[in-house]
Amino acid sequence: MRGIRKWGPGLLLVSPSLVALGLFVYFFIGWNAKVSLTESRGYVIDDRFVGLQQYKRLFADETFHNDVRNLAIFTVVFICGSLLFGLALALLMDKGVRGENALRSIYLFPMAISFIATGIVWRWLLNSDTGAGTTGLNDVLGLAGIHSDWHNAQSKWAVAAIALPAGWALSGYVMALFLAGLRGVPEELREAARVDGASETKVYWHVVRPLLLPVLMSALVILAHISLKTFDLIWAIAPLDPRTETPALLMYREAFRGGFYGRGAAIATILFFGISLLAVPYIWYTMRKERGR
Amino acid sequence: MSKTLRHLALFGAAVFFLMPVYVLVVTSLKSAGEVDVGNMWALPKSLSLETFAAVWPKLDKGMLNSLILAVPASLISSLLGAANGFVLAKWRFPGADIVFPVILFGMFIPYQAIIIPMFYVMSAIGMYGGLDGLILVHIIYGLPITTLIFRSYFSGLSDELIEAARVDGAGMLRTFVLIGLPLALPAFAVSMIWQFTSTWNDFLFGVILTLPEFSPVTVALNNIAGAQTVPFNQAMASAFLASVPTLIVYLLLGRFFMRGLMAGALKG
Repeated sequence: MRGIRKWGPGLLLVSPSLVALGLFVYFFIGWNAKVSLTESRGYVIDDRFVGLQQYKRLFADETFHNDVRNLAIFTVVFICGSLLFGLALALLMDKGVRGENALRSIYLFPMAISFIATGIVWRWLLNSDTGAGTTGLNDVLGLAGIHSDWHNAQSKWAVAAIALPAGWALSGYVMALFLAGLRGVPEELREAARVDGASETKVYWHVVRPLLLPVLMSALVILAHISLKTFDLIWAIAPLDPRTETPALLMYREAFRGGFYGRGAAIATILFFGISLLAVPYIWYTMRKERGR
Repeated sequence: MSKTLRHLALFGAAVFFLMPVYVLVVTSLKSAGEVDVGNMWALPKSLSLETFAAVWPKLDKGMLNSLILAVPASLISSLLGAANGFVLAKWRFPGADIVFPVILFGMFIPYQAIIIPMFYVMSAIGMYGGLDGLILVHIIYGLPITTLIFRSYFSGLSDELIEAARVDGAGMLRTFVLIGLPLALPAFAVSMIWQFTSTWNDFLFGVILTLPEFSPVTVALNNIAGAQTVPFNQAMASAFLASVPTLIVYLLLGRFFMRGLMAGALKG
């Protein structure tokens, strides 16, 4: 009895949030999975089960293949690009530069801008017209004589161009994560290695790099889960375009433009499992590390 | 690498990040006659505010809706997050270690995976269409991050203050309101800013849950810029106006914004 009197009020205070999240996160996810096992269409939820029909049809569907392929290309280019760019910026800043705060604010400000606004500006910067119609980035690249058609309208790799605005939006964040990691490396460790005669490069490779692994993992999980979810950025740049459509957009199109709830729910469930595969081990690992502290 | 080279590289990166801003501002300030996609990099010959004047009537309603949406959504979500964080860090109950990751998971889920049942329920309880339903949704899905921010903050405070209040016979609620909340003002700033920004910038919930009259600014913006007939200077000016509130918050309170970002990476 004394126990409950001690912790009971705390549990009571948290319980509204727990009920809300239980309902809006866990119950809805389960419900969505259930919808994915039905034929629901025409903007109504239908309770007749059709088993895994929706999934079978998706896996046999050209559009879904195309969208998964687009997502794979986008994810790889976006993650590699943002990680490399963010890490490079962090390494350059690590030693301290004049105007560090100003630079950091500039690198990070895209995080304050909506993906819709970002997409609208980049739609014009990535304009794929050629010849006299050349505009945007192609114009600038043309000045350097490297005018290319890598993101030309017909290219199968057009979706990779989306990684540029996405990277623009998130590289600063990656930089901030790495920079915090770098600054967390005790100076004594670096100094000790220097005393032992290690060059600056060797200090980074043998002392700093192993300590950055947890940061790399955080950045990877964050970027990967954003990449799977990304909807508004692509929607603002090129809505309803098969060349840049990913499953997240297909889900919206099927469920809320076409009314095919069953099909949309199946795509969403697949996305959910993809993200859980990343998020669950990540949360588990973070919690374990915290308890170890 | 020499110091000069390092500075040059970092300066080049800054130019890359600011490039879209340049195009945005330059295009928005050109007069209608001067606007042409072909010379989007050129500076305006004379400054003109006519583009802003042209788009404002299409955007003002969305701006107001977003403001009515984002302020209560971030305030209530932060208050609830403060309570959760306080309990999970300083007034723990058995199983608190399991409850926290269960809350946290809500931060990672793709909203696509809940949106069909959510749309269905919100319609069924009469909360589809207006801002009330959208506010509720943003409060709930904001809870994982606000709880995380406050839990990290309270964990960093010493137990002694709380214990002292406890010994004096103060109950949990009293301790939270009189001691916890005043101490957590910095976390409150972080949480409010984070929530305000993400609510303001949300598109998916807004486009699915609201009627045009109550649509947030992102939806209005996408409608303006997505239409084929809209001149691109209007698209640019709209994107600029719709970003002004979060940019102001960022410029004034960037320090807190960055702390929110770091918390979002589970790094407390």
